[in-house]
Amino acid sequence: MLNSGISVLFEGVNMQRLLLGLLVTLRVALIAVVISIVMGILIGIIRTSKNKLVQIPFRLYLELFRIIPILVWLFVIYYVIPANFDLNLSAEVVALIVFSLWGTAEMSDIVRGSIISLPKHQAESSKALGLSVAQMYRYVLIPQATKRSIPPMINLITRMIKTTALLTMIGVVEVIKVGQQIIEVNNLDHPTISFWIYGFVFLLYFVICFPLSRFSRRLERKWAT
Amino acid sequence: MTFDWQYIVDALPHYKTALWLTVKLATIGIILAIIVGMVCSIIQYFKVKVLSQIVQVYLEVARNTPLLIQLFFLYYGLPKIGITLSGELCGIIGLTFLGGSYMAEAFRAGMEAVTKSQIETGKAIGLSNLQLMRYVIIPQAFSYSVPGFGANCIFLLKETSVFSGIAILELTNTTKNLMGIFYKTNEALLMLVIGYLIILLPLTLFLTWLERRVRHAEFGN
Repeated sequence: MLNSGISVLFEGVNMQRLLLGLLVTLRVALIAVVISIVMGILIGIIRTSKNKLVQIPFRLYLELFRIIPILVWLFVIYYVIPANFDLNLSAEVVALIVFSLWGTAEMSDIVRGSIISLPKHQAESSKALGLSVAQMYRYVLIPQATKRSIPPMINLITRMIKTTALLTMIGVVEVIKVGQQIIEVNNLDHPTISFWIYGFVFLLYFVICFPLSRFSRRLERKWAT
Repeated sequence: MTFDWQYIVDALPHYKTALWLTVKLATIGIILAIIVGMVCSIIQYFKVKVLSQIVQVYLEVARNTPLLIQLFFLYYGLPKIGITLSGELCGIIGLTFLGGSYMAEAFRAGMEAVTKSQIETGKAIGLSNLQLMRYVIIPQAFSYSVPGFGANCIFLLKETSVFSGIAILELTNTTKNLMGIFYKTNEALLMLVIGYLIILLPLTLFLTWLERRVRHAEFGN
């Protein structure tokens, strides 16, 4: 009885379809991660400024993404923008927008945190040496801050990959959706199929996220000072 | 963008029920998660044989998989092998399963922050391991880990939005249903955002206050 379900996983192109679905998930995650690393570093450096006019808007932006759940953001962008602004956005594009905005907000906080956690004398001595602001960032602050921010960045990337599971809720055909389609087709012949499919997807996410979180922990330990 | 305010007034009761359900499920889940987390981190602290390996596996699995999949597995997968759970129970179990691992991490950091001199002094005055835990380590570790617990509370409250994937009528799912029935998208989503703000803004402010408070209670600094 139990075995009949697992065999469906390997029947026909089912496995191939699931893995292609996983690729869609990873594609969204990867593009969003790249955008948010680039934008996050830029905004993070801008946010180290002491000017209140700079700090407040970015802080507000970060808090909005911290307080409102990502699923709600997905719904808001997915339903509100096309209806009110006459724009046709595919679910995948909506996902990319939301994940990039969220990732940028969180990345900028990591970058900012690691820069301001550096001892003050680093910035002061580089000024005393006569470095320009650009040189100070390029040769003193950024190299040190990089070490501090890479482990939390990897953790954030793991979180972003995990959160891509929500894409199925706005109708992106990714790994969970494909799994549901396979379940719907085979449910009558193989009653245990949903156990195996969801179990398999569970395993897929684990296989991707586990090495990443392991890697970040190792870096954290190695670079701990 | 136009809003039908009359519709918002009419829909308010639905949101009120949904808000309560969200708060209720999140509260139960968070309390259970804190208990699970503390038990797990104490097991790991003492390096109990076999048990601590099991805890390690649990922590890795819970931290590296999305809640949605955990819930789908519990809600749609398990009934097929004979274990049927109601939606709300699945939600609480899922939240506890995920939250426990995050809380364990926060509490472990708290226990590691307890200074060695505290533990050595405890041993020197002849406390047993149990007494050491009960009177010296846990009270201090708890106050150290309040910021971590707080961040996790907010995280878990937000994760309840994922419950809309299984049949639990919390805020997000109620909104989805209302949108499907009345097609008042803007109004429904506005209410959804306001609903989460009502829960999370006071909580965020409270936790910021609490963090500052517990720092006064720390010993030895």
